Amino acid sequence: MASTTTFRTFRAGWSRVPLIGWFFGALLAVTLERLVGNPLALAVGLPKIPALFGLDIMLKKPLLIPNAVLYVLLIYGLPMGIATRASIAPANRLATGLFRLPIVVTTVVYIGFLYAILHVWAEVNDYRALVLKLTLIAIMFTLSLNVINGYMGEFSCSHPGFMALGAYCASVFSLGLFVDNRFFGTALLPPALGPFLFPVALVLGGILAAAGALIVAVPSFRTRGDYLAIISLAFLFIVKSLIENLEYVRGPRGLSGQPDLASLPTVFLWTVACIWSINNFVRSTIGKALNAVRDNEMAASAMTVNTRRTKMVAFLFSAFWAGIAGGLFAHVLRYVNPGTFGIQTLAEVLAMVYFGGLNSVYGSIVGAVSISLLGEALRPLEIFKWIIIPLLLILVMIYRPTGLIAFKDVDVTALFRPKTGPGDEV
Amino acid sequence: MPVLEVHKMSHNFGGLRAVNGYHLEIDAGQIRGLIGPNGAGKTTIFNLISGIYAPMEGEVLLNGQKVNGLPSHRIASMGISRTFQNLLLWRHMTVLEHVKMAHYSRIRYGLVGAFFGTRKRRREEEEIEGRALELLDMMGIRHLANQVVLNLPYGAQRRVEMARALATEPKVLLLDEPTAGMNPEELVQIMEIIRRAHREFGLAILLIEHRLKVVMELCERIQTLNFGEVIAEGTPEEIQNDPKVIDAYLGKESVI
Repeated sequence: MASTTTFRTFRAGWSRVPLIGWFFGALLAVTLERLVGNPLALAVGLPKIPALFGLDIMLKKPLLIPNAVLYVLLIYGLPMGIATRASIAPANRLATGLFRLPIVVTTVVYIGFLYAILHVWAEVNDYRALVLKLTLIAIMFTLSLNVINGYMGEFSCSHPGFMALGAYCASVFSLGLFVDNRFFGTALLPPALGPFLFPVALVLGGILAAAGALIVAVPSFRTRGDYLAIISLAFLFIVKSLIENLEYVRGPRGLSGQPDLASLPTVFLWTVACIWSINNFVRSTIGKALNAVRDNEMAASAMTVNTRRTKMVAFLFSAFWAGIAGGLFAHVLRYVNPGTFGIQTLAEVLAMVYFGGLNSVYGSIVGAVSISLLGEALRPLEIFKWIIIPLLLILVMIYRPTGLIAFKDVDVTALFRPKTGPGDEV
Repeated sequence: MPVLEVHKMSHNFGGLRAVNGYHLEIDAGQIRGLIGPNGAGKTTIFNLISGIYAPMEGEVLLNGQKVNGLPSHRIASMGISRTFQNLLLWRHMTVLEHVKMAHYSRIRYGLVGAFFGTRKRRREEEEIEGRALELLDMMGIRHLANQVVLNLPYGAQRRVEMARALATEPKVLLLDEPTAGMNPEELVQIMEIIRRAHREFGLAILLIEHRLKVVMELCERIQTLNFGEVIAEGTPEEIQNDPKVIDAYLGKESVI
């Protein structure tokens, strides 16, 4: 008993750390790693800085696990723990000051801070940067699928298809305009324009994906549940075989050599835009209509909700973001082929959605990040990865049938609020 | 002029004539009752008027304007609102969200507002929330505003459904067995709520009810339905003593 109360008071010390305090702690930790990470890694007996919090080492060299844990504790645990705890008062003063500013300014400051942390963290090696970009893309993809499978309660299997449409559309755009290559001829525009026109490429990809979504959205007016799931699965196969048979985009060989336009800030900003707009949407009454259609369509339409418009908007909006995610994906890997967008990708993204939590923005972020990191950590196990992740999913479904964090949208004002003390919330 | 008129409305389910030549005229501020044994077609009539099914014959006029054949969300936004016999609430949504949702057709901020969170949207959402809270006050469930409906007791769920139906700002309210499954105390409360809604909004109300006590007390005129046809119509006293009504409910007094 005594030990639990001491633990509780020990933990309670951090309950008053505002978000900005955690950000400072994290920034301190990643900066520390940049400065002394290498010598420290050697000192604790690791060959180099562990790329993903030691997760990547655990299976490759299990004997080094204690060293990796020690390293993570020394670089992340201790500095963050001490710094956040020590800076509660100034951090809260800063948070109060920021909280008084217009919400847009506050949000920009926090997002800038978050980016700084990720940037410093990812600078350590290229592998980290790649994993980070793919994780951010996975967040977008998961969140867009959650709009359909969670918020609207339909089971859509078509999302890899939307992603493929976006990926190919953006790739054709950027390969055709900015790169000399064998399949689309010489570049039509100077490559220097690439970064400026890249958003256009992505948005075009998103729009193409949304147009493709019409094929699933229109049948959704008449059928629901299993039947719509099968229609959406059919759509996925249509897209995949269409691309495989189109010689214009080089069929199953895929497209390669996309210009290196998807830098970390680009991917990060698009992810922020995606989370922001989807979170906005699902919190509005128009977006809540998705829940009404899911929970009882007849009641929704008797209460003036235009159910067709609601379904249409949900499918098109969600496909749009899946398309954007696809465009970014193609430019991060700089290679895309139709085989990528098959059942395996579908299973992975479904795992992220259901693991993280249905009807939940936080849940999608948590699901995408944890399954992505887990996938990287389990990489040495090769095929066993696809035994362990599904097993984990089954366990989650048994103990938390709606996922880890279901039914939770982001409320920015609650997030940014200073934690001056219990009970005196403004 | 009557606010709601139904002329010669008929509907078949396969070979079954569910409603045959139904006829109705309600003035604003009237409460009408619709009674009849199980399977008489009462709920089907509600579904036909509110557009869940399109009637095969006949017409439905709201303020002289034809509404049959329109999708049900259009009919609802034009002023015919309803509750459901078996409480069709949205199980994962809060009480406040239910009532806000019923304002859907009057939202003007559009998709731009929904995606980008404009100032116009914030203003409209606040306005809707204010009106929703007023309605919850009237129903006496404001303290439950942030509860998920699934956790509420049955009586409170009935009130949520009523608040939601009133939030569409209807001219005609169709109540499908509002007192089903209620204890006597809740019964008195829901009757008081119906009276208040009637008084404050000047609504025309059409009420399906099995408990004759409720119908007799609330309604000015009553229609009795059997096998999809109106077999008797009149004041509560007339209906109570009509032999055809007694036959429909209790069977013919004969034989022995």
